[in-house]
Amino acid sequence: MAGNLVEIKDLHKRFGEQVVLNGVSIDVAEGQNLVVFGKSGTGKSVLLKCMVGLLVPDQGDITIAGEKVLTLSLKELNELRKHLGFLFQSAALYDSMSVRENLSFPLIRNFNFTQGEIDKKVERALDRVGLLFAIDKMPSELSGGMRKRVGLARSIITEPKLMLYDEPTTGLDPITTKEISKLIRDLQAELKMTSVAVTHDLICAQIISDYAIVLHEGNIRYRGDLTQLTLSDDPFLKNFFSSEVFEDSYGS
Amino acid sequence: MQKKSSLEINKAKLLNFFSQIGGMTEFNILFLKNVFKPPYEIGEISKHMYELGVKTFPIVSITGIIIGLVLTLQSQPIMAKFGAEFYLPYTVTLSVVRELGPVITALIFAGRVSSGIGAELGSMRVTEQIDAMEVSAINPFRYLVVTRIIATSIILPILTIYVDALAIIGGWFGSYLTSNTTWDLYYSQVIEVLKFGDIIPGVGKTIVFGYIVGLVGSYMGYFADKGTEGVGKASTNSVVVASLLIIIFDMILVKITLLLWPVT
Repeated sequence: MAGNLVEIKDLHKRFGEQVVLNGVSIDVAEGQNLVVFGKSGTGKSVLLKCMVGLLVPDQGDITIAGEKVLTLSLKELNELRKHLGFLFQSAALYDSMSVRENLSFPLIRNFNFTQGEIDKKVERALDRVGLLFAIDKMPSELSGGMRKRVGLARSIITEPKLMLYDEPTTGLDPITTKEISKLIRDLQAELKMTSVAVTHDLICAQIISDYAIVLHEGNIRYRGDLTQLTLSDDPFLKNFFSSEVFEDSYGS
Repeated sequence: MQKKSSLEINKAKLLNFFSQIGGMTEFNILFLKNVFKPPYEIGEISKHMYELGVKTFPIVSITGIIIGLVLTLQSQPIMAKFGAEFYLPYTVTLSVVRELGPVITALIFAGRVSSGIGAELGSMRVTEQIDAMEVSAINPFRYLVVTRIIATSIILPILTIYVDALAIIGGWFGSYLTSNTTWDLYYSQVIEVLKFGDIIPGVGKTIVFGYIVGLVGSYMGYFADKGTEGVGKASTNSVVVASLLIIIFDMILVKITLLLWPVT
């Protein structure tokens, strides 16, 4: 059995008086795809941001690929970040750069590829998300779904070991949600990535997850297979997962 | 909810004021730590010099001519009253080169550029573009902030020299309208009065003003609050704080430059 790529132990984070994470511990095995559920404000995005060093937790330990994230120097952290992918909720495309420049930016800055190699990688990544035709467009010319795809292409261009998704399908219509989710699943399989996705979206979770956890009041309230969670008799889970949209998609 | 007393509100405002000063000082130190480290981002600096500086030329051109013209039209009757009309080119040239040119150019530059930087970086913060850079192992401070501060510090002195020249031409035009002074006469008087010791302090202090414009705009944008309101606030605060600091630093720099290059 593969070892754990991510190990999070007893993570605590508070903002002022508000406790967001209160002793969260998670292990993600290599190749596994974890989905993190939870109501808004339960610290799902905070968890991801702690993992990549954008936020510093008050207490706890995060190990990614054997590196203890919280003890790394900035230089070491940046070395680790080169092997991580992060898809932001808003896709976070650089407005002043074209799609091509958005994708080539991390390659130019962090690796010693030739221009020819960069061009090939950019085209390959865009081809994977079906947006090769948009290579010279500006982000303002793209629709919400296209922006997410470009964001995804930018995240996977370095072929990271670990992908983190922050609400990858928020704000998209159900059809585009399914398309993006399937694309994520296919890319995970193709590139053999491990992933942690934060989402509210049950359709997306169903498509991309191997197992799921539910954050509630700063702690993991439930963990396990998504089917078990959604069929649980627990009143909190029943309430959380009851929606017609889910029933339909789950049934199908 | 319990209403806050005015004492608590004032205390919070005071704390915020000092925390802003502390934050800006820290930002300044971070700039100095990063400015000499490679990569030097020459391409980015040139791009910002064009975006922030060259596009400011039209507005400062109009301002430059008007400064000289208005200063001449206002001064001419007073100087004529004392029989000192002959000294009009001297007065206008020295006022423009030593003080009005640098300060007015800097204030216009702050209004246009500092707010622009604040809004741009603020919107990058709000839309997580700065976080995306950081996660991609790219130093956003060096790429976004250092390049902008260098660009503003270089471009403002150039703009000032240009505005000074236009203001002198504007001054001649005013003099021509009121006293029919020829360009040759006016120009010879300008050349006679203008010394290196007048140009250097005037232009030199605009390096500091340019630095202030870049630093304040970047600081306000880089730490903008979430949401569109945060972007608006970053933009407005950039102009207000940069303009105020320009005036304060002008006072200090005038004192220093008068000691180093006294008016003879």
